[in-house]
Amino acid sequence: MPAGDTAAALVERLLQGDRRALAQAITCVENGETAAGELLAALYPHGGRAHVIGVTGSPGTGKSTLVGALARAYRGRGLTVGILAIDPSSPFTGGALLGDRLRMRDLAGDAGIFIRSMATRGSTGGLSRMAADAVHAIDAAGFQRIIIETVGAGQDEVEVARLAHTVIVVEAPGLGDDIQAIKAGILETADILLVNKADREGAEQTIAALRMMLELRNGTPAVVAHHGAMMAAPATAPSRQEDAWQPPLIATVATEGRGIAETIDAIEAHRAHLTGTPEGREAEERRAEAQLDRALDEALRRLLAEKVDAATYRQAVEDIARRRRDARATAEQLVELLRSRGD
Amino acid sequence: MSAQDQERKIRVLVAKPGLDGHDRGAKVVARALRDAGMEVIYTGLRQTPEMIAEAALQEDVDVVGLSILSGAHMALLPRIAELLRVDGMADVIIVAGGIIPDEDVPALEAAGVARVFGPGTPTDEIAAFIQGAVAQRRPA
Repeated sequence: MPAGDTAAALVERLLQGDRRALAQAITCVENGETAAGELLAALYPHGGRAHVIGVTGSPGTGKSTLVGALARAYRGRGLTVGILAIDPSSPFTGGALLGDRLRMRDLAGDAGIFIRSMATRGSTGGLSRMAADAVHAIDAAGFQRIIIETVGAGQDEVEVARLAHTVIVVEAPGLGDDIQAIKAGILETADILLVNKADREGAEQTIAALRMMLELRNGTPAVVAHHGAMMAAPATAPSRQEDAWQPPLIATVATEGRGIAETIDAIEAHRAHLTGTPEGREAEERRAEAQLDRALDEALRRLLAEKVDAATYRQAVEDIARRRRDARATAEQLVELLRSRGD
Repeated sequence: MSAQDQERKIRVLVAKPGLDGHDRGAKVVARALRDAGMEVIYTGLRQTPEMIAEAALQEDVDVVGLSILSGAHMALLPRIAELLRVDGMADVIIVAGGIIPDEDVPALEAAGVARVFGPGTPTDEIAAFIQGAVAQRRPA
């Protein structure tokens, strides 16, 4: 929080379109400052209007250039765009080199664009909270489309992609066997598949391989993933196979703008598909549930910090490390302790 | 409890204003600051003062690092400092590096540049200066 400012004043400025207030609000939630709770509570009722697009894929697939091209195309259609570009922090120094703006430089000077770079800062699930909170702030500030760009390399990134209404997975030819990598988890989240750099050698093979995987995927019945477990789909869902969204596969050359209009059309078609359908409502509820789960985890940890002293906690950690007791039993015992000390 | 409160990360924008195309120094500094634990937003070559000020605002950085070898520093650096002030970011620390003659340094400092680092400055020294300057600005 800026010194001498209150959360309410910051929110007031943000809602009036003050870009600096938006930037400061993101810093506040990113750092998990004390005022973040109040800030987010005040922002939340003003959000929910933006369509959130997640763009993910291996390094070198041209995501940043693509995001820049999509943002420009949206501006051409008269819509404002917020971009959240996420890059990894170094696990050794905690520092990060955030270079996505480099490929979006021609968006500079447009008041209808807001770009924020974010570092992953460790990988304890904190990233998806930081990103979700930042998206709430950008949404409340009135941006109509929000693009989240992540390196599609791990579980954290998949989780971030799930913040989005529409998930775009980007592939490129000539990156070796990485189709294998995206098969495990990320491809399943794709609402739209892109093969970028489609003017390069090997593009056809990449497209053919992805098409085959899409066909395989569409042949299997839909399941709902929750807490990493596969649950049977509820009886009311999913909608009949012919109504279900079929992820399109689009070839793009982002540097030349090829395939960009088709991609925007596909995003908007997906948006229309989600609007007012059971599928859209279910997706919204899944996102809400994920947010609630995350908030509950954090609230529980805070409660624990309040009610259980540090020495007890350290002792519990040591018990597990020395194999005196397993983590699950230890957690149960701490929860018992909480219960006995509850008001 | 496990340490949840991470210290607040220092965010630095590294940019090259003006028209010269030499970005090696800027890249070396960007990397060194990252290795010193900072979050460095690198925006690359040929940035106008307006682009730099806008990026600094959106990224809510603590520090703007400018590398300039074109000789246009007396025009560009005070302009960037002025734009930051107008945008309410007078507290952002501006540091500069590149080819800047000693006799120009006092005027640049008067215009709001906190420190000018000449060629051959060890990157540790730049990181240490930034850490010190940010610590001074932030309320304890």
